[in-house]
Amino acid sequence: MSRSRLEILAGLAGALLLVLIAWGVPWLRFVLTIALAKGITVLGILLLLRAGQVSFGHAMYVAIAAYTVAFVAPRMPEVLLLLPLAALASTAVGLVVGLFVMRYREIFFGMLNLALSMVFYSLLEKLYTITHGTDGIRLPVPTFLGQTLTGPTYEWAVFGIALVLAIGFALLVRVYLAAPLGQALAGIKTREARLEFMGVPARYVLLSAYALSALMAGCGGTIIALTSRHVTPALAYWTASGELVFIAILGGAGSVLGAFLGAVVYELTRVYAAANLADAWQLILGTVLLLVILFAPGGLVGMAQGLRRRKSA
Amino acid sequence: MSVLLSAQDLRLAFGGVKAADGINLDVMEREFLAIIGPNGAGKTTFINMSTGHLRPQGGSITYQGRQVLGMKPRDIVRMGIARSFQLPQLFTEHTVLENAAMAVAAREGTFSPFRPLLRPAFRAEAEALLERFGLTAAAHQRADALNEGTRKLTDIAMAVAMKPRLLLMDEPTSGVAAADKMAVVETLARVLREAGVTAVFVEHDMDVVARIADRVAVWGQGRIAALGPPEQVLSDPMVQRDVIGIQPGGGAHAAA
Ligand SMILES: Nc1ncnc2c1ncn2[C@@H]1O[C@H](COP(=O)(O)OP(=O)(O)OP(=O)(O)O)[C@@H](O)[C@H]1O
Ligand SMILES: [Mg+2]
Repeated sequence: MSRSRLEILAGLAGALLLVLIAWGVPWLRFVLTIALAKGITVLGILLLLRAGQVSFGHAMYVAIAAYTVAFVAPRMPEVLLLLPLAALASTAVGLVVGLFVMRYREIFFGMLNLALSMVFYSLLEKLYTITHGTDGIRLPVPTFLGQTLTGPTYEWAVFGIALVLAIGFALLVRVYLAAPLGQALAGIKTREARLEFMGVPARYVLLSAYALSALMAGCGGTIIALTSRHVTPALAYWTASGELVFIAILGGAGSVLGAFLGAVVYELTRVYAAANLADAWQLILGTVLLLVILFAPGGLVGMAQGLRRRKSA
Repeated sequence: MSVLLSAQDLRLAFGGVKAADGINLDVMEREFLAIIGPNGAGKTTFINMSTGHLRPQGGSITYQGRQVLGMKPRDIVRMGIARSFQLPQLFTEHTVLENAAMAVAAREGTFSPFRPLLRPAFRAEAEALLERFGLTAAAHQRADALNEGTRKLTDIAMAVAMKPRLLLMDEPTSGVAAADKMAVVETLARVLREAGVTAVFVEHDMDVVARIADRVAVWGQGRIAALGPPEQVLSDPMVQRDVIGIQPGGGAHAAA
């Protein structure tokens, strides 16, 4: 079976498994919805990694969308309008910021994104009259197509949206990465000058990926806002950005499936650790990151592929 | 024959080093012009200035009558000037075939986010190109796993894929195994002649120069010391003494 076919099958099987878990263990529905939201966001980190760039500030785009939802929902609580609106807000900011950061590479790119996200974080914290500072904003119950849903129905609805977006963006990113525009991202990493000498504006190649990453982070942020129904500045804090990079590396920096595998494993571990080993969470995080970098640079997906190869050999 | 590229009084100094010290050169439509000269004479610098990589401190370069100086490399490429590099500039995480296909896609200007790079039309053209350069066996190797000669040919193939009107090649045969060299050169010359491409190439191998060049320009310390048909220039005693006599064994050290 071809690698690409196998990947799609694995993705669909994974999606089915998530539905089954969400159905069988109701309290995990919340956790899995958050995991899908983070997975969608990590797809954007993946695009930038393909170009050799690491953003330590992408939580900003998650937060922009989440706060957009929080601001607009009291006046217009329709999810099917909130989602595109919030995603658009993140994308618009991503485009503007992208025009600036696309000139920088590597450490400067990473630090600029970090700096901007921290400025945004402090604004959320300091502008109390608008944002309620660290207390954050509680969301009213939104509606789906005019219907007010409650309890499990609401949870299922948000989970469903997250799953559909996850599958849609996963397919989109796969197609994008196979296309010249996506392939040129790797060209930025290895030989940016050549792109220019072929007539390709490398900065705009990066900008397109950056804007797409902001869009996906915006969708992720919307889902997080709808799920937790409470947005706080912590969404934009630098640890939240670091978490996204962590998930990308844990899952396997090259792979679309890895983003989701990484996100699900990360969230489940976190919930388990929070319940049982409250003090050890950071320790586990650090150790796992160390082990992945040292022994499994291909991440979870790389390990799975390794096992498969060994079996077929 | 008309002038395709015209350089007038180009000047560029790096600190005290005069890499271009009053270069005047007309490249004629459809000719093959060889540039020879010792290391550090400013040969690569001339290509770098013509492609927008370096900006001279004085002088002008016109292509089909249009001023090239101040234009970005990517805009110069779109006018029909492509180049290959002294040190091959490949996408090292891509295969040879993908490298070639990238060049095809770049030329088509359709950097679509949706259709695959290796779509049938691009793949077929890239494969045909590799075939002509004898690169078919290496098509699926990653570019960072190639020997120097193969890297060099891939680099040239990518420039040719741009379908330029003017092709600037920086030492196209350095690194190509001696046994293959003439065959490669013959093929390259045939491909370019068939396409009506004008070629300027820096070359250290005088057999190659004698075989395909229409004219030879001899570079010495940022100046053109001699210019004319190969039989005349290569037999000039001054050229024999100062250039051919001290040719290195093809070693390259200058920046690409
Ligand atoms: N970007 C640069 N910065 C500083 N000095 C440079 C730069 N490019 C070239 N030079 C210097 O200018 C001179 C001419 O260099 P150039 O690369 O054009 O020589 P060349 O004729 O191509 O030599 P070779 O045969 O070794 O490739 C050399 O002394 C070189 O060190
Ligand atoms: Mg040189």
